Amino acid sequence: MEHSMINLTLKIWRQKNAATPGKFETYPVKNISIEMSFLEMIDVLNEELISDGKDPIAFDHDCREGICGACSMYINGRPHGPWHANTTCQLHMRAYKDGDTIVIEPWRANAFPVIKDLVVDRTAFDRIIQAGGYISVNTGNAVDANAMPVERDNAESAFAAAACIGCGACVAACKNSSALLFVSAKVSHLALLPQGGPERKSRAMSMVAQMDKEGFGSCTNTGACEAVCPKEISIENIARLNREYMMAGAVSDK
Amino acid sequence: MLNSKIPAGKMEDKWVDYKGHCKLVNPANKRKLEIIIVGTGLAGASAAAALGELGYKVKAFCFQDSPRRAHSIAAQGGINAAKNYQNDGDSTFRLFYDTVKGGDYRAREANVHRLAEVSANIIDQCVAQGVPFAREYGGLLSNRSFGGVQVKRTFYAAGQTGQQLLIGAYQALERQVALGNVEMYSRHEMLDVVMIDDKARGIICRNLITGELERFFGHAVLLCSGGYGNVFYLSTNAMGSNVTAAWKAHKKGAMFGNPCFTQIHPTCIPVSGDHQSKLTLMSESLRNDGRIWVPKQKNDTRKANDIPEEERDYYLERRYPAFGNLVPRDVASRAAKERCDAGYGVGTTKQAVYLDFKHNLINKYGRTEALKQGIENPDLETLIRLGKEVVKEEYGNLFDMYEKITGENPYEVPMRIYPAVHYTMGGLWVDYELMTNVKGLYCLGEANFSDHGANRLGASALMQGLADGYFVIPYTIGNYLADEISVKPIATTHEAFEQTEKAVKDRIDTLMNIKGKQTVESFHKRLGKIMWEKCGMARNAQGLTEAIAEIQQLKKEFWSDVRIPGEISEMNPELDKAGRVADFIELGELMCKDALQRNESCGGHFREESQTEEGEAKRDDENFAYVSAWEYKGESNWELNKEPLEFEVVKLTQRSYK
Ligand SMILES: Cc1cc2nc3c(=O)[nH]c(=O)nc-3n(C[C@H](O)[C@H](O)[C@H](O)COP(=O)(O)OP(=O)(O)OC[C@H]3O[C@@H](n4cnc5c(N)ncnc54)[C@H](O)[C@@H]3O)c2cc1C
Ligand code: SF4
Ligand code: FES
Repeated sequence: MEHSMINLTLKIWRQKNAATPGKFETYPVKNISIEMSFLEMIDVLNEELISDGKDPIAFDHDCREGICGACSMYINGRPHGPWHANTTCQLHMRAYKDGDTIVIEPWRANAFPVIKDLVVDRTAFDRIIQAGGYISVNTGNAVDANAMPVERDNAESAFAAAACIGCGACVAACKNSSALLFVSAKVSHLALLPQGGPERKSRAMSMVAQMDKEGFGSCTNTGACEAVCPKEISIENIARLNREYMMAGAVSDK
Repeated sequence: MLNSKIPAGKMEDKWVDYKGHCKLVNPANKRKLEIIIVGTGLAGASAAAALGELGYKVKAFCFQDSPRRAHSIAAQGGINAAKNYQNDGDSTFRLFYDTVKGGDYRAREANVHRLAEVSANIIDQCVAQGVPFAREYGGLLSNRSFGGVQVKRTFYAAGQTGQQLLIGAYQALERQVALGNVEMYSRHEMLDVVMIDDKARGIICRNLITGELERFFGHAVLLCSGGYGNVFYLSTNAMGSNVTAAWKAHKKGAMFGNPCFTQIHPTCIPVSGDHQSKLTLMSESLRNDGRIWVPKQKNDTRKANDIPEEERDYYLERRYPAFGNLVPRDVASRAAKERCDAGYGVGTTKQAVYLDFKHNLINKYGRTEALKQGIENPDLETLIRLGKEVVKEEYGNLFDMYEKITGENPYEVPMRIYPAVHYTMGGLWVDYELMTNVKGLYCLGEANFSDHGANRLGASALMQGLADGYFVIPYTIGNYLADEISVKPIATTHEAFEQTEKAVKDRIDTLMNIKGKQTVESFHKRLGKIMWEKCGMARNAQGLTEAIAEIQQLKKEFWSDVRIPGEISEMNPELDKAGRVADFIELGELMCKDALQRNESCGGHFREESQTEEGEAKRDDENFAYVSAWEYKGESNWELNKEPLEFEVVKLTQRSYK
């Protein structure tokens, strides 16, 4: 395989910390192999910046396999870049041509304040889970795993919803910064399983309440979230969440 | 002086008896006891949730922004449990036996037996939490098989088992956070253990957002900080995985067990160039359906699909007819290396072999689906189409990942794979109760050395992490804390906290003041190269001796010429990395020393001096049936302690998978 090399211009958001305003800086990068991942390309730039006595670009990443949900770059106006159903770490430089300019920003949402450069604070998602994104079962309480069969279709839909990696791209893509796709994925995952049944109503209510409290916007059904979600979480989950929510509302004045 | 505290009695009674007799802490006292948990991967998150549920006051720490992102999330293939849902002859005993044998008889029997006993409870617990394991049409759980065994006991969720298990444990953990039983500190890195009167009583952390050092007290400290495969620079581990927490504990007196026992996984995407920052695993479960081969002809430059069947060498099936493609990892890795070294490798670098799905895609899946759908005499095209659909369901995410990384479509052409560093069986030495030799300091999950001997079988790390956290530590920690109920929380102004924090601060200052020329990354790469070449898949006395000298030299250079940008009192990922690489360098030296003293081959540890005529690992039970537990004695100086391994139940034999 030929290792072709390309040269690029990067415009990257630099921000020292939450309290300091940020701005774009321009960096040329040369001799980038198209076999590289996008983050490896940033690694190359960072090594150069360090050697030049400059501060490298801070960004979140860990697994580099598209599963931990840490990486979070807004690339040329799209969370996680141009490829469909993909995370930033799995984007490879084959996606670009020699001479391209790439603009890289952090997720932008009130509920995700910038910590430094491309790193944002996504702990709001953890607090939404704390509000009810679980099944209340203490260790040791469980019955035999095969005691309760789960209809295969439901099991598959639950799995598809559970594939969410909590990256926040859905929020970043939404003009209202709504977190509904993330919340609906969790609500659906648990509502579709018999084990999640007993807490269905309170779960939907409390998670949505927490989401509002965190300052995420409301959903106006533009579908931008689904289009960028690296795990192809379907917008049908939002419809399911709405049903769960209404059902819960109808019985909650008991 | 090493007391493994293995309970007396018959193997199958030990854990039951232990639980029946260990000390308990009453609920009112539990609320007064504080437990620190470093790491919230499967081991740490399950421990934090279980101990929170019991009513202890837990503080949990991780360096990522959320516990949901721990390295455990990346586990792909599955988790073992002796459920025998398949009625294929599985049992607690067989899981125990397979694991001891798979580990090449270098694990402690009693621990492994306990692991097999609690394995079934793990699956029950996870299903109750809502973990969406794969199911059959009847709604019951599905199983697949993994290497080194002949039963189907692996539970899975497509190629995302670790993710689903971790999300289950994470949700249980967050529930305890909401209930006020667990305080979660993310973006915090533990940088030392605080010792008071010879007991672990707290930790010093760096707040990774502000750079400040913070102090935390605990009646006990649990390290659940994962494995150290990144000492090789390139591995399948997450970028942040590191040895620092365990290493700091080691320097405070905790012994390091079998540091050289490293697992090199046979099926990973090969290195493509110098820019490579990590390697990606293609799950072992793929060996269920993929056949591994190389061309029979050396330096064959034809495309894989152009090489006819009779010119392919399915070398695993040839060498190991009984287990075929499902031999354990160490065996499969060495066999791949052997073929490539002999000149049969494929791809541009010739450091790769093929993993081919065509056969099973058509014959196994295609035909079954055709039968199910009542298609008579399906043509090849239909079989391929149907087969692809099933393969997509089973492994879709892995195939997609392969295509994104390599630009090739594995539904059409065989995958190219090569072994890569994947897991570390070594880790902090712990006794039966998971306590290190330091009182009050525990170690769980991949960070400890305990259950996998010299080679871990696939799908057993997830099992061990969750066993330790959900079902072992809740019992064993009570046995220690029952005697601590009168100890009041110690103020973090205590001089031991002052001194430990000062030592941490001094080290950070020293690092920042070197102001040299070479980047942290460049040192890490150089260390990785030494380790891979001389302490990797094959090791010998000469190479190891050279490696030790090279690492000592690298260490000097690091401490005089490393360049760390930025400041201390801010988010500074390069500084974090520098501390981790400094610890990896020291660990690398110890690994080579351990590999040098173990003049036998066992499991993943292959000493070229000790092999059978057929080139298989040759153990030396007379001289090496022990755990090496290293005690830190000062710079580049360790003392070897030996815990003899006694095998009461499993008979020691030369491992054979033929
Ligand atoms: C790609 C891949 C696939 C795998 N697939 C399988 C599989 O199919 N089946 C299987 O059984 N096993 C598999 N394994 C192995 C298994 O995933 C791991 O062994 C296991 O998940 C380790 O869990 P853990 O809880 O011990 O550690 P980890 O999940 O690594 O968690 C470590 C935790 O410690 C924290 N930490 C570390 N250091 C510090 C510090 N100094 N301060 C604060 N926090 C710290 C981290 O933040 C993290 O929370 C796989 C491994 C890899 C790499
Ligand atoms: S729903 Fe999709 S985009 Fe949103 S957090 Fe989950 S994986 Fe990311
Ligand atoms: S780094 Fe884990 S998803 Fe990208």
